[in-house]
Amino acid sequence: MKEYNIPELENIARKLRRDVITMISEAGSGHPGGSLSAADIVTALYFAVMKHDPKNPKWPDRDRFILSKGHAAPILYAALAECGYFPLEWLGTLRKTGTCLQGHPDSRLTPGVDESAGSLGMGLSVGIGMAIAAKLDNKSYHTYVLVGDGECDEGQIWEAAMFAPNHKLDNLTVIVDFNGLQLDGFTKNIMNLEPFVDKWRAFNWEVIEINGHDIAQVVDTLKKADTAHGKPIAIIAHTIKGKGVSFMENNVDYHGKAPNKAETEQALKELS
Amino acid sequence: MTDYTELSTREAYGKALVELGVNNNSIIVLDADLSRSTMTKYFAQAYPDRFIECGLGEQNMISIAAGLASCGKVPFASTFAVFASCRCFDQVRMCIAQPKANVKVVATHCGITVGEDGSSHQAIEDLALYCSLPNFTVIAPADSIETVEVIKTVVLTEGPFYVRLGRSKTPLVYPKGCNFKLGKADLLKDGHDATIIATGIMTYMALQAAVSLGSAGISCRVLNMSTLKPIDQQAILDAAAHTGAIVTAEEHLLHGGLGSMVAQVLSCNLPVPLKSLGINDVYCKSGKPEELLEIHGLTSANIEVAVKDVISRKSRV
Repeated sequence: MKEYNIPELENIARKLRRDVITMISEAGSGHPGGSLSAADIVTALYFAVMKHDPKNPKWPDRDRFILSKGHAAPILYAALAECGYFPLEWLGTLRKTGTCLQGHPDSRLTPGVDESAGSLGMGLSVGIGMAIAAKLDNKSYHTYVLVGDGECDEGQIWEAAMFAPNHKLDNLTVIVDFNGLQLDGFTKNIMNLEPFVDKWRAFNWEVIEINGHDIAQVVDTLKKADTAHGKPIAIIAHTIKGKGVSFMENNVDYHGKAPNKAETEQALKELS
Repeated sequence: MTDYTELSTREAYGKALVELGVNNNSIIVLDADLSRSTMTKYFAQAYPDRFIECGLGEQNMISIAAGLASCGKVPFASTFAVFASCRCFDQVRMCIAQPKANVKVVATHCGITVGEDGSSHQAIEDLALYCSLPNFTVIAPADSIETVEVIKTVVLTEGPFYVRLGRSKTPLVYPKGCNFKLGKADLLKDGHDATIIATGIMTYMALQAAVSLGSAGISCRVLNMSTLKPIDQQAILDAAAHTGAIVTAEEHLLHGGLGSMVAQVLSCNLPVPLKSLGINDVYCKSGKPEELLEIHGLTSANIEVAVKDVISRKSRV
């Protein structure tokens, strides 16, 4: 796998953000806010951290990635296409009849998608299954699960949070894309999660807080997470919903709304 | 070798898993704090490294099973049928059915014969729920002998399965062994006046009813419909064509179970008089299993009455 330096990774993240805007605009629907907040994390994983092989998506020793917040599918598709899992032209088919790029990730249809998602709160549990399988088979692959902060309203997240440390799954990392917004508004108003870091600590996770848009810090933290011993890792990544597009940043309206033509042009200009 | 003839279906499941686990390291068993009731405890004792105790977290258990399956394991996830269906239906749909994960959900304590625990623990909707899911295969074995054959088949057949087992010991339908064929109704007895199609514990009662009716000069065909999805359409249509009247019997709601599925096949292809025995849109109460079966019309005597009814309706079609 090619080694990218930080400015190169930042360029890739910008390119993926442009792809997200173009895809959702072309599709006429989708979730730009949560895709943009996760862009730097997904870039770090696919271009600097995970061992994977786009020519061999089912490679048994690959690191696993589960996008549990499945509505951010566009950022995953953009990364997979950029890696070479499928042609970049597929991105223009997002959400259209007959496409391999469904509105939410579908492991049957898209090369490189390790798990279907869309109903929230399930991905961490699936990741636990993958991490247990690795331990049983004495394999060294790592499983990364990206969840949203709003997604942590789901009870199953906390079933999984209780389970993983009990089984000492240090080959499992959950990354929380903590962008502070969910469909109906600010997470602190809808369902206050605080004290959020304390909750994960109390459940016996190794917890690290980072700036989810500082790629150098994201890469550094994820690489360190790979060598943890005895405990699963929870990375609380503080992010901005809609990051990179001024009028989408911290704007709940763009949780699940496609930009119109003028907004698309403006967004692409800001991301150029 | 275990003697399965004296066991409940759940006991047979637990013992069969242990025997199958010897030569198959891929089998992983998960349970949600009920292993002493679902009988996965035998597997846990034999292969502790391949048993995953999930505590009281059925949703987590189902999704973990899906993750294991995606890495090549053959996970069996077990709990009571009421929890395996209602408590984690979204996880079953999203993590198993949609991606066609190779997960085997084997649920025990089905139906009203759970008895004294009452309606909270009586799974009467599970067949309807699981049969509604694309990609799922759904099986309700008739006795312990068939259960063992079903579990052997399930291990070797790729894809999502739901297997429905009971709590109580059931009389043997297959004392001389069983040749289970996935997706095929088993012809237990041939006859020409009517057909009784039964599933699960009702199969033995169907045979009893047929014997009793036989001594009264009524000749019944009896089919064990252990695979409910995909349902054996051909066997249903053959029965309709050759006997001209059908009775179904199941320990489940009338809506969405065996009776509904048989009605659908018949009405779309070859309508004949049909009477379905099952639970009629109510939650049941605590009580002894046999008393509850009587209250809800699920006895061999009820089957006999139903057979006479459908035969009497033949000429009016």
